[in-house]
Amino acid sequence: MAAGIWVHGEVAGDGSLAKLSTEVATLARALAEASGEPVTGVVIGADPAGAAATLADYVPRVLAVAEPETAEHAAGTIVAQRLAALIAEHQPRMVMTGAGPEGRDLAGALSALTGWGVLANATAVRWDDGGPVATHNVFGGKLVTESALTGDHGIVTLRPNAVTAEAAPSKGKLETVAPAGSLDQPAVPIVERLEASGAAASIDDARIIVAGGRGVGGPDGFTLVQELADALGGAVGATRAAVDSGWIPYSQQIGQTGKIVKPALYLALGISGAIQHKVGMQTAESIVAVNRDADAPIADFADVFVVGDLFEVGRALLEQLRARSG
Amino acid sequence: MRIVVLTKPVPDPASGAERLGPDGRLDRAASPAVVNGNDEYVLEKALKLVAEAGEGEVILLSMAPASAPETMRKALAMGATRGILVTDPALEGSCTVATTRVLAAALKTLEFDLAFAGVDTSDGVAGVVPAGVAALAGLPYLSYAATIDPDMAARTVRVNRITATGFDVLQAPMPALISGTQALGEPRYPSLKGIMAARSKEISTIKMADLGIDPASVGTAGATTRVVDSHKPPPRAATRVIREPADEAARQVVAFLAERRLI
Repeated sequence: MAAGIWVHGEVAGDGSLAKLSTEVATLARALAEASGEPVTGVVIGADPAGAAATLADYVPRVLAVAEPETAEHAAGTIVAQRLAALIAEHQPRMVMTGAGPEGRDLAGALSALTGWGVLANATAVRWDDGGPVATHNVFGGKLVTESALTGDHGIVTLRPNAVTAEAAPSKGKLETVAPAGSLDQPAVPIVERLEASGAAASIDDARIIVAGGRGVGGPDGFTLVQELADALGGAVGATRAAVDSGWIPYSQQIGQTGKIVKPALYLALGISGAIQHKVGMQTAESIVAVNRDADAPIADFADVFVVGDLFEVGRALLEQLRARSG
Repeated sequence: MRIVVLTKPVPDPASGAERLGPDGRLDRAASPAVVNGNDEYVLEKALKLVAEAGEGEVILLSMAPASAPETMRKALAMGATRGILVTDPALEGSCTVATTRVLAAALKTLEFDLAFAGVDTSDGVAGVVPAGVAALAGLPYLSYAATIDPDMAARTVRVNRITATGFDVLQAPMPALISGTQALGEPRYPSLKGIMAARSKEISTIKMADLGIDPASVGTAGATTRVVDSHKPPPRAATRVIREPADEAARQVVAFLAERRLI
């Protein structure tokens, strides 16, 4: 096994490969081409076969490691210890993973165990001067920074929706590998899995997000937000103010202490666009905002800004969208 | 019950004045420092849990420049008992690997039931330090907590970890390290009494020598990553402002969505 670029294939709750991993794998292939480094996927899970087979659609070679402990325990620290042992054996140049909760848990523990630096939360990565150079949006999007590793090895975490996943022209080869090393850190049992009742469509991967803020006025107002999301085939998002008021669950919050999203369309209703919210959605491809306050900060970074009552404009929009889809 | 809360002073995101210095590192003089947002949620939870237990203390642990006590006083004013600051000129320019090592080493010198951290910080947004600290300190790690329920009699803690479809209920023995989110609940504002009391609360200092960490392995000298470039993002195209009655405004929005092939 040559050095190369390793892609961590994240196993979702149902055993499938996380969508974010297909994005990471697509980027890794581009880096492999630029660097001449071979790219290898690694899937570590209780039953890794399914996720490994999907990852093989994206990279030329996938190592599947069966680790039964992850079935009933929080996976991050277990996967990190197994991966650290494989890394010690095979010495890849770098490991890439997603910048979601699973990827961050893994990258943190793996970085501590290997001493490798983390190019974190990258929005893009290129190969330059013999190593990866990651692009980051910092300070609420006011600044773009590029960072590199000071040594030969490192870990990259990639933000969701930063790359459009594209399968490789040919299917990769699957190899089964025995778990290496030992599990020294106490594992944390999962005693129960709770499905959120009436779970709303996830905003993580949504192509269209319709989001409501303080201006929506209450849980009833979110009915209109939901109807618009349904009409557009999108998911419902919210600001911290709306979440703190209990109008919508935290899972839908976008912004500094919520999620960072990058949909094709962000339709903002009654959202002023304060910096804490802006950091979570400013990289959306198209931003349309409706707000009564013509001076709201979102007027400065929306593509289309409608000055008006969100209920009047929202209902008119809903009617026209429904008429269109007939 | 004794809870250690890892906190980081960060540039106030609301100030809009954050910038990098010529060396590519954060210019700490450019904007006022505040307690990191996600740290405030776990601190609030720690204060509530100790109050419910009726005994114990909440200890702040920070690795930060010598000016950090100013920011730590804000957390002490919320009700934390005392602060511990790891500060040393050798730490300037530290990457996440060094930060993780130093915090883990400092944590190992303390006795506690639970350690809390925010899931990420608003300045670095890496979100990797808590998992690394748990790995090096050999602690059970429970991340992305929406709820935290300790059972002192059984010496266990339960956490609802946020997942894509709901929650995983995790249970671990104490001591354990937990990273928490905003779902834990709104942090309190310090009362006037709290602010007054914070002035006399103890903030002790730990140096690198106390932790037995080689100064050459941390700071700029030991950094595993470096900023090679920074620039302003390309400006977005000018905003199209629509001031029309609702029906006409909606018609124009629909036309825009169709033009961009979004509908």
